[in-house]
Amino acid sequence: MTDAALPFVPPLDVRRGSYLDEGHTILSWLTTTDHKRIAILYALSITVFFLIGGVAIGLVRLELISPTGLFLTSDEYNRLFTIHGIIMVWFFLVPSIPATMGNFLVPMMIGAPDVAFPRLNLLSWYLYVGGAVFTVYVLLSGGVDTGWTFYPPFSSEYSHSNVIPAAIGVFIVGFSSIATGVNFLATIHMLRAPGMTWFRLPLFVWSMYTVSVVMVLATPVLAMSLLLIVAERLFGLPIFDPSAGGDPVLFQHLFWFYSHPAVYIMILPAMGVVSEVFACFARRRVFGYGFMVFAMLMIAVVGFMVWGHHMFVAGQSPLANLIFSFLSFIVAVPSAIKVFNWTATLYRGHIGFEAPMIYALGFLGLFTIGGLTGLFLASVPIDIATTDTYFVVAHFHTIMVGGTVSAFMAGIHYWWPKVTGKLYNEFWAQLAAITMFLGFNLTFLPQFIMGWLGMPRRYHYYPDVFQIWHVLSSGGAVILAAAYLMPLVYLTWSLFCGQDAGNNPWRSTGLEWQTPSPPPKTNFLRPPRVDADPYDYHDFGRTEETGGEARARPQGEA
Amino acid sequence: MNISQFTTAASDYAVKVDRLFYLESVIAGLVVLLVTGLIVVFFALYYRGSSTPRGEVPERKSREIEIGWTVATLFSFLFLFWWAASDQLTALAPPKDALEIHVIAKQWMWRFQHPSGAREIDELHIPAHTNIRLAMTSQDVIHDLYLPALRLKQDILPDRYTYEWFNATKTGTFHFTCAEFCGTDHSVMAGSLVIMKPEDYARWISAQPQADDLAHQGEALFRSFGCSGCHTPGSTVHAPDLHGIYGHAVQLADGRTVTADEAYLRDCIFLPDKNRVAGFPPLMPNFSGSISEGQANALIAYVKSLTTNRAARTPNASPGQRGGSPP
Repeated sequence: MTDAALPFVPPLDVRRGSYLDEGHTILSWLTTTDHKRIAILYALSITVFFLIGGVAIGLVRLELISPTGLFLTSDEYNRLFTIHGIIMVWFFLVPSIPATMGNFLVPMMIGAPDVAFPRLNLLSWYLYVGGAVFTVYVLLSGGVDTGWTFYPPFSSEYSHSNVIPAAIGVFIVGFSSIATGVNFLATIHMLRAPGMTWFRLPLFVWSMYTVSVVMVLATPVLAMSLLLIVAERLFGLPIFDPSAGGDPVLFQHLFWFYSHPAVYIMILPAMGVVSEVFACFARRRVFGYGFMVFAMLMIAVVGFMVWGHHMFVAGQSPLANLIFSFLSFIVAVPSAIKVFNWTATLYRGHIGFEAPMIYALGFLGLFTIGGLTGLFLASVPIDIATTDTYFVVAHFHTIMVGGTVSAFMAGIHYWWPKVTGKLYNEFWAQLAAITMFLGFNLTFLPQFIMGWLGMPRRYHYYPDVFQIWHVLSSGGAVILAAAYLMPLVYLTWSLFCGQDAGNNPWRSTGLEWQTPSPPPKTNFLRPPRVDADPYDYHDFGRTEETGGEARARPQGEA
Repeated sequence: MNISQFTTAASDYAVKVDRLFYLESVIAGLVVLLVTGLIVVFFALYYRGSSTPRGEVPERKSREIEIGWTVATLFSFLFLFWWAASDQLTALAPPKDALEIHVIAKQWMWRFQHPSGAREIDELHIPAHTNIRLAMTSQDVIHDLYLPALRLKQDILPDRYTYEWFNATKTGTFHFTCAEFCGTDHSVMAGSLVIMKPEDYARWISAQPQADDLAHQGEALFRSFGCSGCHTPGSTVHAPDLHGIYGHAVQLADGRTVTADEAYLRDCIFLPDKNRVAGFPPLMPNFSGSISEGQANALIAYVKSLTTNRAARTPNASPGQRGGSPP
């Protein structure tokens, strides 16, 4: 291979001009339109909300150690789990991967200097902040007690809490999702580098593409249904009021028409991240790339047709239950295929045990458990028995939180050298990754068990026969909290005292690595060209075995 | 409290649900073992630096593998769906000749009305080996009657009836509770389900404070609310005759045809304009606010009794009363 094959590896002296040096004032950050800086603004804000939501549920888990409560009133308890749900869903999980890694990486992975609409991108962050202001107001003014699901008529007529500001906060933050989605769609359609064909896109970009479609199509329905709740509460518009001929179940249909796809908004990006990580740390092309792409597209499409499985006991017709059950089994097929493909990617690899890989394996384990318990819940009789119990709580946490946060952490560690130019401490990171997997399972496996035994969710006081499981779960939560806090410490430490990472410490073939780390403002020093498939680790490995230069052969070739 | 109050499978249906649960647990366990096993084996063989030879996986072969496990997954999921659905289908058809108990949920208590007229709060006595049908409604927000021992759960909606039915096979005292978040005291909206031998139930019900049965209570209400003034054959006001109406088709003024079930009768009392009967003027007053859910249950029980034993009961109306008009 000649030097011509490495067009993007820049001379070392260019490194001083990274995007981080484009301005050091707070104002320069607040007015930036650089997708990389906006990604960092998002990362800081969602971290703050993750901590608030985490404190809320920490208090809940502490309270649940005793069947008769320790220090909260029932109203306080109800407000805490509600704020936990609202914050974790809309202010952490939904924006988590797309708004941070998506923002940072999509342009770099397709060889673009920025997203298609940089100012819209900044606006989306301000919309997020706007929604966040309402949510903080709700928090400071006493909270809201409807659960994150806002079911009427409780939310519209009976709740005495701050339903309206909470709904408006979620309404606003929804537009931040829509703006991000529109931006990604335009970016991926219009700004791919020469030679970056659709089937050369890294799977992470495909995941961002599919998730953008879902965000753009589903979020308006959420906005609409929350607006109707506000209208009913403020002006008495009786859309959901049965005493005036309205229908409270209609709200549930609208809400889940958004909120089921929202689960895929959370998990599709996670799938994208771990695909990158598995390929890089197994030094293999992702097994069945084409199937992986179609699986994501199929999840995005069929994911819109399964919302009724949240409503098997809501008063929906038995025929509808059967149809939704059937479609829910169907949507599980592409997920299963992805699990098999990730596993097969390891076959004949050169597998490393670095922290991103451990997190990605944690994702694989939790996603498999969460997905399989999804099959239980797709079966109508089991769903009738276990819905609204801790079984469901454990199921969706395992997928949405276990899966997504594991992948989020995998991505944070994998791209940390890219974003900051520094190496984190590998030992602490590996320890945190293993702790997180163990802590997560200790928290939620007891919840699966007690849910099947009959412990209902959203219960402040509970029959004492379930205490042992609650205590185990709270113990797991302590470990989990430690695992979440550790990265804050060693990652922050690495910013100041970490080793320089070099441009491509993982020897990854991704286009985002074929430029300095941290990247310059325009991402690439020369406009990239692509003429190879993604995940070109096989050729790379061969070069390595024959004693070639141990540097990446990029997917872009001049 | 004992865990068996939750976990005992107290009906044949519950046993079936458990069987499906165990089947899926085994399948899930096998898949977890398979995936974990593969990962462990791959790690052992192909960790970085191991000397195991690696080669390309031929493109054609990997395609066949993909198609293979896609099809295998699809068929095993279809099999699970078929199993789950067939369990569900047999449980779908509501039993004929069920003992019907009315459930009224409100923040944060349960009220039950037996057909004999006996009432209970937060406690429900039922006979075993008998078809039971619960007709449920809520006075405020959405609740959910969760019967863990029967593996059943059904939301209870305001201004609407939903149903749960079962045939319990085990006697004993079990737990029931609210499963849909309903506000402050959601977590203590619970009670006891007492499943008794049929003869014990008969003894229990006859020991309850003597009251008229539900249909008789309804008959009294039918007079005291003035319904009888119009809904009596020969009344001067043009209102539908309620004899033989329950369970039969009704032609509505807007062209629809509906079956006169409990939900329909309830709407006629509380939302009379929703389903106006063809050929009758819109005279029926709206009784929402003046008739409670419990009274509505009694009235409906009475109207049903006009169909089930037509000959036996005829309302004895005093013509001077006014009030009711056709729905």
